[in-house]
Amino acid sequence: MTDAITPDIQPAASRPRKGALGKLLGRPLAVIGLAIIFIVVAGAAFAPYLTPFRPDEQIFDGLTLYGEPLPPNATFWLGTDLLGRDLLTRILHGARTSLFIGIVANGIALVIGTLIGVTAGYYRGWIGGALMRFTDLMMAFPALLLAICLAAVFQPSLWIVALVIALVNWVQTARVMFTQTSSLAEREFIDAERTIGASSSRILFLHILPHLVPTIIVWGTLGISTTVLLEATLSYLGIGVQPPTPSWGNIIFENQTYFQAAPWLVFFPGIAILALALAFNLVGDALRDILDPTQRGRS
Amino acid sequence: MSTGEINRAAGASAPAAAGKPVLDVSGLTISVRGEDGARDVVRDLSFTLARGETLCIAGESGSGKSMTSLAIMGLLPQPAAYVSAGSILFGDLDLARLEEGRMRRIRGNRVAMIFQEPMTSLNPVLSIGRQLVEAIETHTALSRSQAREKAIEALRAVRISEAETRMKQFPHELSGGMRQRVMIAMALALDPDILIADEPTTALDVTVQGEVLELLRDLQRSRGTSIILITHDMGVVAEMADRVIVMRDGAMIENGRTEKIFKAPATEYTTALLAAVPRIGGGSGRQESRPPGSAEPVASVSDLQVRFDLRGGLLGRVQRRVHAVEGVSFSIRPNETLALVGESGCGKSTTAKALAGLIPYAGDIRVGGRDLAGLGKDERKAVRREVQMVFQDPFASLDPRMRVGDLVAEPLIIHKIATRRECRDRVAALFERVGLPADGMERYPHEFSGGQRQRICIARALALRPRLVIADESVSALDVSVQARVLELLRELQQDLGVAYLFISHDMAVVENISDRVAVMYLGQIVETGTRDQVFSNPAHPYTQRLIDAVPIPDPARRRARFSRMDGEIPSPTRAVGDEPQRVVLRDIGGGHLVAA
Repeated sequence: MTDAITPDIQPAASRPRKGALGKLLGRPLAVIGLAIIFIVVAGAAFAPYLTPFRPDEQIFDGLTLYGEPLPPNATFWLGTDLLGRDLLTRILHGARTSLFIGIVANGIALVIGTLIGVTAGYYRGWIGGALMRFTDLMMAFPALLLAICLAAVFQPSLWIVALVIALVNWVQTARVMFTQTSSLAEREFIDAERTIGASSSRILFLHILPHLVPTIIVWGTLGISTTVLLEATLSYLGIGVQPPTPSWGNIIFENQTYFQAAPWLVFFPGIAILALALAFNLVGDALRDILDPTQRGRS
Repeated sequence: MSTGEINRAAGASAPAAAGKPVLDVSGLTISVRGEDGARDVVRDLSFTLARGETLCIAGESGSGKSMTSLAIMGLLPQPAAYVSAGSILFGDLDLARLEEGRMRRIRGNRVAMIFQEPMTSLNPVLSIGRQLVEAIETHTALSRSQAREKAIEALRAVRISEAETRMKQFPHELSGGMRQRVMIAMALALDPDILIADEPTTALDVTVQGEVLELLRDLQRSRGTSIILITHDMGVVAEMADRVIVMRDGAMIENGRTEKIFKAPATEYTTALLAAVPRIGGGSGRQESRPPGSAEPVASVSDLQVRFDLRGGLLGRVQRRVHAVEGVSFSIRPNETLALVGESGCGKSTTAKALAGLIPYAGDIRVGGRDLAGLGKDERKAVRREVQMVFQDPFASLDPRMRVGDLVAEPLIIHKIATRRECRDRVAALFERVGLPADGMERYPHEFSGGQRQRICIARALALRPRLVIADESVSALDVSVQARVLELLRELQQDLGVAYLFISHDMAVVENISDRVAVMYLGQIVETGTRDQVFSNPAHPYTQRLIDAVPIPDPARRRARFSRMDGEIPSPTRAVGDEPQRVVLRDIGGGHLVAA
């Protein structure tokens, strides 16, 4: 063979390799997301020290003489609610509940959904069939009714609320994971793994799960806002977080009827939920790109 | 708008005079926008196309040949790719500058195109008749019934039998060759001046390829259409072209009459490209004929049978069965290459998968003298180590999320052969053995070219020091020059390690170059088997003869008058339950050359 044909072996340009965190900090959007998450976490952790009020404290000056809540002012930065409680204090304390629900409930839902979806997608046959029919059944069942039933059986507590939310929310994840896994399992490199003698668990954990990471991240970040709002719905129905413990969801639901008279009561907790969901989305997006080797060196 | 008006609008002044070229491309430069600025994928390309001429644009992947054809059709994926300089003159019209509305009237009508994959270029939910009629109606003033007449006529012209009934069929009901003929019918129904065929036979089986090429040649002769044929296959070039343009890295490096290019190529690249083309009975790196060894076979298969059940109905009962492999027997000795040849659907890949333990089977498979059926899980895993596989598509058979060093080390870890530290050294040695840079271990598969990836797959297969490597169409997806070097590597590895190959291919020329023994498969059964010299110098089964005849010869002086024609389609291996296919009986016609009676 002459040299006239370009050799198919070419050294690729060497690229500096950084850790995932370093790369994350190199992306402006991810940094914004991380900053918001940091602020929310810090706010939740140091809530008692950040404002002079207690979350359930009905402050004497917190209402007008006609008993109306106060709009944002120098004393009450975000205004007060219908009972004269400081909204900022309640939102800071509510962050604890909402973060807990958003991370724990959503995390449990993701784990259940992924396990069921991946198992069904990889093994197919009667195991897969049974699991997916069960998933379909759960999907068809009204989520709220199920949550009410579960919450009625167990005494409401934060953990129970988280579990109830997880048991309602895993279904969509399972469906998506099932579809992805069954198409991955058909790919040729999975056959290639089998010919070198790889066991099923090796294939599942080393060769299928890593490919699902982007989907898990996207569903994880989307799920945060869904779960926070579901918690709010449950609180509204009286089976979620019990008053007077604040959560972002129950602050909105307590006050939604006064939206026109006192818009700040819905606006600020709404912004908080939006910002948190957006922050997780931004970080999730960046993580997905960083963890995908085929995207490397493209952006 | 009447036909006449359309013609006037779209280029009525298209050259009628014989002397003037139909198409005049000059200084064509196509750029693609990337993150690091625009990059030229075609540079300063100039050529002309005469009436009734077949011009081949040949080149390897990435040479810019497909981009050129898309530019002529005005189908560049804009805004990412665009014509940045030059002109494409079709009569007085510059197709590179023409607005989309007018271009649409030319496309399909005056300049038509057929693509590589006929399944994806036809709409799967419309009958082929409707698609044909629609194409005709769009460009002419014919009534629906007239358009229908014309469509049937076009189908007859591409030799589709029972054209009227076929009109009602949907693309999935036709075979690949039929679909490509429908595409040609659609392209030629409007009598275009130019037909652009982009790798029209690459996705088709060899015997079907011959038919389609012959059809193109006949139609051109009777209609005087100019054809631009884009291909990577120098055999197809030799069979078809009047003139050839050889492209490389976006530039034309050679342009001339076919005979001249094949006899006396002007550039080193063309010389090397032609040398890399595998030929029956020749070629640079042909395997010497070797006497069959007498050693104990590394693997033997007897009466292998693989059937797939097709379930249907409410209760999911088995309604039909695909008889993919029916009673296949062969054995492979150390240091020997057995080629399994046949066309798509003949069961050759299924045989390989059964041997590699990927699918359930009936019959006996013995590896190293041990019957796989009687072994426990762990023993079977150990025996399986002896048989490794290299797949067809190196882009699909490596996990894209793992570093290639880890991928090559994986078999060693799975079988607990080496510690992590030893692994590194072993992998480095394997990389060196297959000709990959050792610093590549830290990189991911997508950072390598097709040929390099196939080397990675080979390194991975060799990591366990197997005694048999199954190569399932392992070089089919590679460019010829890369293909030649991968075949060279396989041969060297056999010499050094004494490994046996089961080489599965549809390409008779490649098989003739690499194999010691050949088995020809047809409809799930072996119909002829013997040494390479027996099968190629004295092909006794008609199907073997047809396969050999169908290989285009990369020599324009030996152009065949007619390609071998198939008498109808290959029958389907899908049969009703209980309707067992008849087993062929192999007879020895001398020296172990077995042929179906």
